[in-house]
Amino acid sequence: MSSEKSTTLFIEHFQPECRFLHYYLKEMEGYQGLKKAFGMSPSEVIEEVKSSQLRGRGGAGFPTGMKWGFIPKQSSVPKYLVCNADESEPGTFKDRDLMRYTPHLLLEGMLIGAYAIGARSGYIYIRGEYAREAVLLQEAIEEAYAARYLGSNIQGSGFDFELTVHRGAGAYICGEETALLNSLEGKRGEPRVKPPFPAQAGAFGGPTIVNNVETLACVPFILRRGGPWFAQLGKLEKSGGTRLFCLSGHVKKPGLYELPAAGVTLRELIYTYGGGILNDRKLKAVIPGGSSAPVLTAEEIDVVLDVEPLMKIGSMLGSAGVVVVSEDYCVVKLIQRIAKFYAHESCGQCTPCREGCRWMEEVLERIEHGKGRTQDLNLLLQIADNIQGKTLCALGDAAAGPVASFVKKFQSDFEAHIRGGKCPN
Amino acid sequence: MKQDKKLLSQKFYDAMKKLEPRYPKKVALLLPALHEAQQERGWLPPEILDEIASYLEIHPAQVREVASFYTMYDLEPVGKYHFKFCTNIACALRGADALLEHCQKKWGIVCGETTSDQRFTLREEECLGACGTAPALMMNQQYYEGLDIAKLDALLESLE
Repeated sequence: MSSEKSTTLFIEHFQPECRFLHYYLKEMEGYQGLKKAFGMSPSEVIEEVKSSQLRGRGGAGFPTGMKWGFIPKQSSVPKYLVCNADESEPGTFKDRDLMRYTPHLLLEGMLIGAYAIGARSGYIYIRGEYAREAVLLQEAIEEAYAARYLGSNIQGSGFDFELTVHRGAGAYICGEETALLNSLEGKRGEPRVKPPFPAQAGAFGGPTIVNNVETLACVPFILRRGGPWFAQLGKLEKSGGTRLFCLSGHVKKPGLYELPAAGVTLRELIYTYGGGILNDRKLKAVIPGGSSAPVLTAEEIDVVLDVEPLMKIGSMLGSAGVVVVSEDYCVVKLIQRIAKFYAHESCGQCTPCREGCRWMEEVLERIEHGKGRTQDLNLLLQIADNIQGKTLCALGDAAAGPVASFVKKFQSDFEAHIRGGKCPN
Repeated sequence: MKQDKKLLSQKFYDAMKKLEPRYPKKVALLLPALHEAQQERGWLPPEILDEIASYLEIHPAQVREVASFYTMYDLEPVGKYHFKFCTNIACALRGADALLEHCQKKWGIVCGETTSDQRFTLREEECLGACGTAPALMMNQQYYEGLDIAKLDALLESLE
């Protein structure tokens, strides 16, 4: 690893005083990207974002410019830009800092996105628990309205954009974009059948783009310094920019680390940046991309933390929420807690997910409490298999993948519970 | 259901009026209305749900099906101090269970219950998005992070 300090976009501004418009204008070239965008055609803006190799930071890693390109140029109904600020993936806590410390970066990113896709209204759908962050966003929005960065005829450009903060109310599933749109419309947060995709019919029936907070916060930099500049920050061809890695669990220095996209291995993140394992214990397991990501063992941490390298070894980068587990914590107990989470958060629409998640939780609970049977491990794999790929949204897969991975990779831990009739930890 | 006298305040109706032009459909105000009403009343009793239904011109059942979907809406009374302990993975790895256990013992209640003096409600919460500063809890609308038993005790003592 080189000792040279790499470029960062966000993290040096994660201080309370950075949230104000005057700071943003003075210290962060605030709204200069928007100014540049106004001098370009919407399709030129989309091309610029395409050239940046920016991919979604919410979990799926889809190229942002391509997503924007799916929006029809002409539409008889209003188009919308929606920011997904539902950040609920266990292990993820980056968007919260972006919103409370650099809200204008998000606003400018949304303005550029709205201009590119031709939306005149936007919403920031923020999880209900982030009550404080919702207030801070609202204050930034009011500053922006007062300075004519929001509203009608923004900075004399002729472009209008209205932005509203919409609070969720405690439902993990609302991070799924169509569930989010239902929730925005005043309904239960149940995912929709796709197609139609949001780009054709999303919020209130209009063509809609849903982007994650961090994704949108990257956009001003792309306009200011150009797509190719942003692209070269990343260390793999398809991954431009930097990433905010959320490091938590059994490490000495948990927290956010902003590093070049694809520019760090899991080992480096844990040992070089995170200071190693808490109390100098042995590493047992790592969840590399939020609780939906299949688990990795201590032998698998030389992988580069990015979409394709993790996919290649059967896991995923997801939201870049890295949760580190030492030998001090029982892995069966851990996956039982994860299964309990998905059983609680399953919206109940699809039978395989609704029934399967509960069942997996039940079986894992009895194993953890020493009441498991030898055939339970196969049973868990079967249930997982009966969920995977058989549901409307990704929540079912998000529950099944981790369960199957824990059972396969830590089989001896499960067997020890069953054989000994209790949790050995 | 017809109600002559309004239970929700003018402040509630003013807030809704201000939000109305932000959405193309009035029913989109349902989540904001439930938040605002709960803020005002402490919880969401049936007559408040009915009043929201009549304001939004939707069936009361539609309000209930939505309100009951989301965990933050309290359809039963809660204590003055509503403690929600995150026990999801990042917090669990950092000792959340011990904090929860501490409060259960101290207050003589289990998760989901309220103390008989209506002061404390205790709940287990899913990930709060404070994993880097785990373990964390949410009390009413406020986050408390980087907790241990001593910090938790200090917080409890600071409450009147």
